[in-house]
Amino acid sequence: MTDHENAYSGLVEADSDARWAFGTGFDDPLAGIDASVPPGIDGGRLAAYCLVLGDDSLVMAQRLIQWCTRAPELEEEVALANVALDLLGQTRLLYARAAAADPSSVPALPDGSPVPAEDRLAFFRDPAEFRCVHLVELPDTDFATAIVRLFAFAAWRLALLEALEGSVDPVLAAVAAKAVKEVHYHRDYAARWLVTLAGGTDESRRRTLDAIASTWPYLDELGRADDVSSALLPSGGSADPRAVWSSTRAVLDQVLAAAGVPEPKGAPAGNGDSAGAGPGGRDGRHTEWLEPLLAEMQELARAHPAGRW
Amino acid sequence: MTGPEPTLTARARQAAESVVDPELPMLTLADLGVLRSVELDDDRAVVTITPTYTGCPALVTMKADLRLALAAAGFPDAEIRTTLSPAWTTDWITEEGRRALHEHGIAPPSPVGARTVTLQLLDRPPDPACPRCGSTDTRVVSRFGASACTSQHACSSCAEPFDKVKEL
Repeated sequence: MTDHENAYSGLVEADSDARWAFGTGFDDPLAGIDASVPPGIDGGRLAAYCLVLGDDSLVMAQRLIQWCTRAPELEEEVALANVALDLLGQTRLLYARAAAADPSSVPALPDGSPVPAEDRLAFFRDPAEFRCVHLVELPDTDFATAIVRLFAFAAWRLALLEALEGSVDPVLAAVAAKAVKEVHYHRDYAARWLVTLAGGTDESRRRTLDAIASTWPYLDELGRADDVSSALLPSGGSADPRAVWSSTRAVLDQVLAAAGVPEPKGAPAGNGDSAGAGPGGRDGRHTEWLEPLLAEMQELARAHPAGRW
Repeated sequence: MTGPEPTLTARARQAAESVVDPELPMLTLADLGVLRSVELDDDRAVVTITPTYTGCPALVTMKADLRLALAAAGFPDAEIRTTLSPAWTTDWITEEGRRALHEHGIAPPSPVGARTVTLQLLDRPPDPACPRCGSTDTRVVSRFGASACTSQHACSSCAEPFDKVKEL
């Protein structure tokens, strides 16, 4: 079957697609899974919620992979890329779930385009159509900002996923139950690094404190009730952002205490009070950093809307 | 409708169980615990697998390899289904699989049992024994490794690095 004289023959065998490298072949990540919307749940609202969750993990993953070739140690580069891969996996399932729950949520492309729904959602939506929180958009200026932001994100994401294990949508509940185990590792990784950096040299501590001070204001958005979550909450499909924030806050406090870091000034109240707060990522209003991130990520796919990858 | 011959199902099962994991080729998919069921729908093989990690790119390769193995065993258009629930756990790696990992210098995972999601800042899990020399004087190099399911360790006794399949 294999021509051992020719190193390239294995690449072109028609019946062995995806043989020569992992990740070169994709198929629907929900293939074979019952993706019908359970009774009592609005498909459109469920899709919107899954997009919100997927946008957070996609943009966070994209930020993390920007550390490839730039991390201080090879091991950390591998770690950050692994975390990104887990988050990308969550994104794929969440986008596929959104597409199945409400096909109209998927951007239209010219007839005959082979681009699958998950890719259309990732590559063919403009910044204003994304609903990610500002926290994931922030650029990393040093390793300390990467660790502090990843810690805050993972602590929040884990609390959110744990709550979603009880979603009445069985697909979302299954995605959450699986992701909980992975994000547990992300949170541990970042928390340990945060404690290490805060207790390290004067320079690492200074940078860590700076990172906390610059990141913390963006946490306010996490505990805020938003329209998309609220719309799905009465039917049991979503998690209450305020309850999730309360669980998150306990973990943030625990790790800051272990790191010997005082509570940052102006720490978010997290009481769900959005009065006085401006529009956020959940409203499609973003920081100046999202657009260049998406432009880089989407450029190739948009240049070839009929491309096969 | 009459049920398929048991021997036919057994043949499909045997073919599916013989497929190895693309990243840990010392393990069959059965030993890894990702093969959830092998059934016949008339004479068509229907195999259900579950991903190890959500983003694991090896899943596509597993499916392709399953199709190839089943085709070679006389099931030309096998259907490969995915299931997410219950989520894969390293507790599903068989004893045979753990032995194979160890023989290939990879430390097998400890039992996960009931899941805990408490933050492990201070109460770190015990370091695994070195799969080469057996010493328990080992240290974690990184909790993330060359593939989604492994962490990196080093042995202080024989000075060799090794991978471990981390608990999930």
